[in-house]
Amino acid sequence: MKLESKIPEGPLAEKWARHKFGLKLVNPANKRKYEIIVVGTGLAGASAAASLAELGYNVKAFCFQDSPRRAHSIAAQGGINAAKNYQNDGDSVYRLFYDTVKGGDYRAREANVHRLAEVSVNIIDQCVAQGVPFAREYGGLLSNRSFGGAQVSRTFYARGQTGQQLLLGAYSALSRQVATGKVKLYTRSEMLDLVVEGGKARGIITRNLVTGKIESHSGHAVLLCTGGYGNVFYLSTNAMGSNVTAAWRAHKKGALFGNPCFTQIHPTCIPVKGNYQSKLTLMSESLRNDGRVWVPKTVEMAEKVRKGQLKPSAIKEEDRDYFLERRYPSFGNLVPRDVASRNAKYVCDENRGVASTGLAVFLDFADAIKRDGKKTIEAKYGNLFEMYEKITDDNPYETPMMIYPAVHYTMGGLWVDYNLMTTVPGCYALGEANFSDHGANRLGASALMQGLADGYFVIPYTIGDYLATIGPSDKLPADHPAFKQAEAAVNDQIKHLMSLKGKKTAEEIHRELGLIMWDYCGMSRNAEGLKKAKGLIQELRKEFWSNIRITGDADELNQALELAGRVADFIELGALMVDDALNREESCGGHFREEFQTEDGEAQRDDANFAYVAAWEYKGENQPEVLHKEELVFENVKLTQRSYK
Amino acid sequence: MKINLQVWRQKNSNTAGKMVEYKLDNISPDMSFLEMFDVLNVELMHKGEEPVAFDHDCREGICGMCSMYINGRAHGPQTGATTCQLHMRSFSDGDTIVVEPWRARAFPVIKDLVVDRTAFDRVVQAGGYVSVNTGSAPDANEIAISREIAEEAMDAAQCIGCGACVAACKNASAMLFVAAKVSHLAVLPQGKPEHLARAEKMVAQMDEEGFGACSFTGACSVECPKSISLDHIARLNREYLGAKLTSTNV
Repeated sequence: MKLESKIPEGPLAEKWARHKFGLKLVNPANKRKYEIIVVGTGLAGASAAASLAELGYNVKAFCFQDSPRRAHSIAAQGGINAAKNYQNDGDSVYRLFYDTVKGGDYRAREANVHRLAEVSVNIIDQCVAQGVPFAREYGGLLSNRSFGGAQVSRTFYARGQTGQQLLLGAYSALSRQVATGKVKLYTRSEMLDLVVEGGKARGIITRNLVTGKIESHSGHAVLLCTGGYGNVFYLSTNAMGSNVTAAWRAHKKGALFGNPCFTQIHPTCIPVKGNYQSKLTLMSESLRNDGRVWVPKTVEMAEKVRKGQLKPSAIKEEDRDYFLERRYPSFGNLVPRDVASRNAKYVCDENRGVASTGLAVFLDFADAIKRDGKKTIEAKYGNLFEMYEKITDDNPYETPMMIYPAVHYTMGGLWVDYNLMTTVPGCYALGEANFSDHGANRLGASALMQGLADGYFVIPYTIGDYLATIGPSDKLPADHPAFKQAEAAVNDQIKHLMSLKGKKTAEEIHRELGLIMWDYCGMSRNAEGLKKAKGLIQELRKEFWSNIRITGDADELNQALELAGRVADFIELGALMVDDALNREESCGGHFREEFQTEDGEAQRDDANFAYVAAWEYKGENQPEVLHKEELVFENVKLTQRSYK
Repeated sequence: MKINLQVWRQKNSNTAGKMVEYKLDNISPDMSFLEMFDVLNVELMHKGEEPVAFDHDCREGICGMCSMYINGRAHGPQTGATTCQLHMRSFSDGDTIVVEPWRARAFPVIKDLVVDRTAFDRVVQAGGYVSVNTGSAPDANEIAISREIAEEAMDAAQCIGCGACVAACKNASAMLFVAAKVSHLAVLPQGKPEHLARAEKMVAQMDEEGFGACSFTGACSVECPKSISLDHIARLNREYLGAKLTSTNV
């Protein structure tokens, strides 16, 4: 298989414009003859479904939640980047492009990232027109903040609920199209297979989560907008329902999986408390703008803090180690997420962590409150402080917050070409579900930008090229044998799961998988640990398929059955992540291999040998996956060691 | 902690439900309310029984999926919080806790604590949007919107669509939900061109879904996890009246 990225020729800044002109168009009268399936209704899915329906296509939109408005994009707090340069501080499309390629540690495609930066400005226009209540200055114009280590203020935000407001904007556009009849909505429906026939994606198999009915849906193209796979770690900031099943089953039908080991561990989350814990809560990164991260200088003092014998406020200034400010004087507490997370891990590994578990560092606002006053801090972070207090019962105005890194986002995902098409013709992947724009590390406020860029401003152009090529008649009826066969396979798997009647719940196995992934394929990785993880995952997989227990029936609402199917796929994905992490013998972005670091403990890339996208091909049950490489070509950016000192 | 749970169990929308009692010990006060249900469900599955079905997703108070009626209050005893943000430290050792689904004609029970809230989606589909196609927007800074207006719109726009307002209301009215959406768009210049039709259509759909009338008791606003103000209902009434006085639709 040869990977064709379809990156257009020409100068960087002209690539997208030229490419758009070269794409075939579908005649307006013909658009109504096409049916497009959109799976997932987060920022990418809702914006794509609405925009395609506005163009005149017929759309079927699916989500597993009870309403499209609940997709996990809703939980994004901080903001969305756009190269508007409203603040006159030197921002530009090129700077946003440059920052994103650099932030991704040079493992993303230049052309994709430049396009993302170009359309970022249109996204803000579109959202404001929909009524998204972004924060404003007293003069009535839009407010911006600096976010996630950027040295310009390009982040637009709506309090700490930016993702919510953007999603509700896309949801309202989607709802408008549902009302016109151009979008048919299927809620509480989970995609369980991709139907491929004659080398093209033909539709999907779904399970109606209320009745348990297995259904076939045929279309001219399938868009997977199904988010990331952070829940492979069990504990993450993802929603409980976030899963890899749709993407994974497309992978097994021929869609290559790109850079699966690239996961983002977010530095500012509320630490784990007990073994009953079901998820981790993110505290917005914006807190690092004013909060100072520290731990006690000595192990002895940290020990006392952990035992509750010493209050953090009683620790003198000279006994504190503001480790980010010390190691990175120019960026300080605002270093990128991967760097901040790794350094928190280091100090905890040195036994200087706080909280009873020793797995936490302080995020302290005392200085900011002294400098700006409690009122100002409250106006900026009030809702976040409240959220923190609700969960931990600690008041961050009086005692420093405690934070620890947690799995937050997955840069890896289905491999797509410049048109966002996977290696299965007619099957596309948008938003977090694809691998394309964030390289090995995503910068803050870039996920919302990418989801909406793909849905509002990329897919409406690129899909036409494919549809015009195949023509309206190239669609299978939903009772075609290819659908029947896929339905039967889905039914068999469900029957098999229900018949096992073992001793463990899917949740228990999921927790075990999460621990393996976190310990050996988490914030830092080494060959020995990864090899060990491989064996452990294999054993766990065997146990899953012999010892799982699902009560209730398959032909009704059965949340345990839903989870079991997802965990089965997470286990297989976990094995691939480990293989990918083993293969990548370098450190880059969120992927830190302990064997490959500089003298002062920073990530050591190997551009000569690893400046490629690792795209994995599924070869069948229990067969090793085959690696394909897409070499990354950098024509505009010079590859340098990322330095935040 | 020891907890005595009384939970509504109902196989599906066609069968009658009943309260079932479960006793739990070893509950940590730091657990969230939903984690307590996770513990219960693992126990039930180990005994070969069916777990309690309940809606949940983000578990950080923003998706609006969780929806439990706890000891007679939507989302339980805390104010300004969803069920997933409630922790067991809000209860005492040995407490009996009664958990029911949202009760409203427009929210039929699907199973146990899971209800069907698609009525809310249909109300939004009736007019809860600004009619603007992708690509046709002017520059974002072309319309200046005062900070006060933007903040007021945001106060309304942060509704998470959970349905607590309906569950808390003795009439199962959806006025606060509808008001939040109408108000969010009515105060903004972008929403002005369609503001009358929006109010009229959304209210008509609300009635069609079988939500009750508003008698302005204010329970909705008290139980709203986002503390959305009753002022928005006043604005909805004004918008609706204005719409009716000039309407050509009815």
